[in-house]
Amino acid sequence: MSDLDPVLLARLQFAFTISFHILFPTLTIGLGGFLAWCEAQWLRTGQPVYVHLYKFWVKVFALSFGMGVVSGIVLSYEFGLNFSEFSRIAGPVVGPLIAYEVLTAFFLEAGFLGIMLFGWDKVGPKLHFLATCLVAGGTLVSAFWILSANSWMQTPAGAVFDVAAGHFVTTDWFKAIFNPSFPYRLAHMVTASYLTTSILVSGISAVYLLRGEHLAIARKGFSMGMWALMVLAPLQIVLGDAHGLEVFKYQPMKTAAIEANWDRQPGAPLILFALPDAKAEKNHLEISIPKLGSFINTHEMEGVLPGLKDVAAEDRPPVGLVFWAFRVMVGLGFCFLGIALWGVLARLRGKLHDWVWLHRASALFLPAGFVATVAGWWVAEIGRQPYTVYGLLRTKDSVSPVIDAQTIAVSLTAFLLVYGALFGAYLYYMVKLIRRGPDLPLDPGDAPEAIQGARPGLVIPAE
Amino acid sequence: MELLTLISAAAIAFAILMYVMLDGFDLGVGILFPFAPDDRARSTIMNSVAPIWDGNETWLILGGGGLLVLFPLAYSIALPAFYIPLFTMLLALIFRGVSFEFRHSAHTSIHIWNRAFFGGSLVAAFMQGILVGGVVQGVTVANDRFAGGVFDWFTPFTVLTGLGVVAAYTLLGATWLVMKTQGELADWARRIGVAMGGAMLILLGAISVITPAMHPEIADRWFAGLNPLYVLPVPLLAVLLAAALFYGLLSGKERLPFFCALGLFICAFAGFGISMYPNLLPPSVTIFNAIAPRSSVVFSLIGIAISMPMVLFYTVYAYSVFRGKVGTEGGYAHHD
Repeated sequence: MSDLDPVLLARLQFAFTISFHILFPTLTIGLGGFLAWCEAQWLRTGQPVYVHLYKFWVKVFALSFGMGVVSGIVLSYEFGLNFSEFSRIAGPVVGPLIAYEVLTAFFLEAGFLGIMLFGWDKVGPKLHFLATCLVAGGTLVSAFWILSANSWMQTPAGAVFDVAAGHFVTTDWFKAIFNPSFPYRLAHMVTASYLTTSILVSGISAVYLLRGEHLAIARKGFSMGMWALMVLAPLQIVLGDAHGLEVFKYQPMKTAAIEANWDRQPGAPLILFALPDAKAEKNHLEISIPKLGSFINTHEMEGVLPGLKDVAAEDRPPVGLVFWAFRVMVGLGFCFLGIALWGVLARLRGKLHDWVWLHRASALFLPAGFVATVAGWWVAEIGRQPYTVYGLLRTKDSVSPVIDAQTIAVSLTAFLLVYGALFGAYLYYMVKLIRRGPDLPLDPGDAPEAIQGARPGLVIPAE
Repeated sequence: MELLTLISAAAIAFAILMYVMLDGFDLGVGILFPFAPDDRARSTIMNSVAPIWDGNETWLILGGGGLLVLFPLAYSIALPAFYIPLFTMLLALIFRGVSFEFRHSAHTSIHIWNRAFFGGSLVAAFMQGILVGGVVQGVTVANDRFAGGVFDWFTPFTVLTGLGVVAAYTLLGATWLVMKTQGELADWARRIGVAMGGAMLILLGAISVITPAMHPEIADRWFAGLNPLYVLPVPLLAVLLAAALFYGLLSGKERLPFFCALGLFICAFAGFGISMYPNLLPPSVTIFNAIAPRSSVVFSLIGIAISMPMVLFYTVYAYSVFRGKVGTEGGYAHHD
């Protein structure tokens, strides 16, 4: 035990707990918007299918929101538990941003979530809709502040290091909040949330379509999901590209790691496959397309791409993880675009609810948005290493003093076990909830159509 | 800056007081949960806090986040110092928090989440008591960093304060149920309230005697010179509230016991504040040497000043939407 590295363990613990946590806000940001949209449509058109959609998806929202809250509380304390030096040194900048998140978002969400979940009979429809909008808006406000804090760690601005006091002091809050990478990161993450949710909603709806169950909400849900996907999938690629240009400008070593580019060079290739070797400072089994690496990162064929060897080995981020996480994210992003285009084609042909292979593809990709989101965060966070505040504060100088490897190892193990069990339970209840489908009986008007559309033998009687 | 420091300390104190009062009663009902007369009563208990527990727990994030913002030195010393109790508390809060939704979705596995709700509530309450005791007994600091051992927090005194907080939260939870439920469950809660009120007063009394005995500077704060005149209202008010609590419980009042119990919390918290001021982590970390840089304090206090009235407004609104007696229906109704 004693030869375990406490810095690595502290990082692993934070990486694990935050990767776990981010799944739930991703979903609640997206579902918040989806639910607000459904309720608005219901108020506007009076069609019962929208209230059915709402009452079904709000259960998924509730289950996920609870997981987000409890795993988020852990994070707000983990800064201090394992990274108390970071808290002391960067707290004067990052702390207020987190406090604003609590003050302007968490209380808003928590205050109106109860009304959203349990208030149908207590308040009128308009007030209930307002509660839904406030919760959905709260998730966005929360994203605003926490992404500002994270972006400050990536591209610090508006603060100076006070050597005498030994910590950062903010000189310009506007610059600190709207630091260079923040607008890109905010747009990219919020879009990722809506995109992930669209894929989940259309994926689960596709499962229902394939099984011939709950057809009223399945058709509407699939259609809404595919509309959203059509807009969001291409938008995310454009936003991701803009974010990439920003990273190239402010965090050259992150770009070098993303591209596994060892030597500074103009006209660098895009490496499709490689096994980066940090010790030998080169890639094995490289497959690449000439010039494309430079073009993507600089929008010029002969643009100069920074190389990892520009800096000393101890100043480089871990290459392999960043390189592969980026490829997983981008690869999935293009898969989403493919499904979106396929959906557009199906809709144009009037076959959106009939093309079985489109439904199968949607069902297959149902959790893929989460994978892409987590992969993107790995690129952002591992690519920032070896710093917690890029270029200014090293990770090894950010961890808590005194806390020994053993304490962190024990708590990390406990987190692994507990989160593993909770995630298992969450998935179990989620699957159960999805299998059961909506509670509300279909309207008499919907019923004949629903029964006609169902394939015989696949209809599972309601419990 | 001195005024800003005092305002900052007041803001943190307010967040912590709100937390212990609000999450106090819903942790308390969690501790009482398995002992309720029957399953129907357990569903009612769960429904009485389901719409509001999440908001209650948000005050804990504000307390932690606020300490990081306003007194970063105290945060960066306290968290490593109380690593194990804090970590255990967080895990307990996780179990308790997810049990609301999981229990609602569960069928055959419902007993798992019943236990998680109870165990999580109990452990979280006990650990919070340990933290209070740990802060009172002090933290070893060298060179602005925690320099003590991983188990410094574990002493007979902190175990006593842990038990004290468990009893206090349980009392608060019982009086909440007296107010929010009716019939057999309310009668049961009333009996528990009397017992827990007694237990809490004994433990609180013991802590109030032991603390000044262990720490002469705290004894001076209460007993030296003319100080007793200034601080006397706190224990006096506590005695009056305790009397009103028992009167309310025994004479069938529905709301009085809960508000008396809240009042007792405020007295206990005021007593804690009187003993500690200006220390955050005795003996060396005070509000004055731990205060954040001026720019951070001003920026944060502006945010607090603008948002706190709104937060309080919709917290009150959310409670008022769910006011009145709670039944087994209305919250998590059963679907099968």
